[in-house]
Amino acid sequence: MNAVVYGAVLVLAGVAAIAVIVHLIRDEIPSDRTFVLLGLVEVALIVQTVIGFVALATTDRDVSGVLFVSYLIGVLVAPPIGAFWSLAERSRGGVAVLLLAMLTVVALEVRLWDIWNAAGA
Amino acid sequence: MPEPTSPRHELASGWGRALVFTYGVFAVAATGRSAVQLGMEPERAPLAYALSLLAAVLYLVATGCLLLGGRLGWRIAVVAVSIELVGVLTVGTLSYVATDLFPDKTVWSHFGQGYGFLPLVLPFLGIAWLWHTRPATGKADLA
Repeated sequence: MNAVVYGAVLVLAGVAAIAVIVHLIRDEIPSDRTFVLLGLVEVALIVQTVIGFVALATTDRDVSGVLFVSYLIGVLVAPPIGAFWSLAERSRGGVAVLLLAMLTVVALEVRLWDIWNAAGA
Repeated sequence: MPEPTSPRHELASGWGRALVFTYGVFAVAATGRSAVQLGMEPERAPLAYALSLLAAVLYLVATGCLLLGGRLGWRIAVVAVSIELVGVLTVGTLSYVATDLFPDKTVWSHFGQGYGFLPLVLPFLGIAWLWHTRPATGKADLA
């Protein structure tokens, strides 16, 4: 697992979450800039997926492949599903879904890191 | 028999939208967890794994009912969320006082500590939302 990509995903998801919180407080629909941020999170996740698959295929570690891949895919699909579900209704509750999607990304990302490193010993 | 009116709000709109998403995430998480646990070593902790499966089914049912909406969906959601609340409180307590019962964790162990205690909060949010969206009975309808 690449620490730079891991850090990038966490930072981008954090920044996107803060942007969404600002929208929630102002009770406004998310700006294009916020969606660019969400897009960047997704780009980082796509990069992570590719790197993750390569790392899994080449590692000597005893990583649980099924578990690792399911988390890789899970974290990858969370933002698009959240965005889709959020855009279908432009309300505060709908915007909150974007925040939940980012929190989900962070939670899954931390688990992903644990799964990779727990098998390191 | 008079046809009861439908719930005042669609269950998956407004804040319900955020709730459905959260339930959906937990449905996937709990289903995945119980699939891994039952698929890899079902003999290790049958009770814990059965409870993981129960949690997964409840989250799936709650998610589905909130999505479908309607009076029937609302009623089934009330049942599912109530069992969920009892489950998380019971398993949460037992996982502290009767540790030998749970050689491996469930979603509800230690009141959902492994999931940021969200499994403990979620049923309360669910009940609050279902109360907010309760079908009008005619006499108590102030909306």
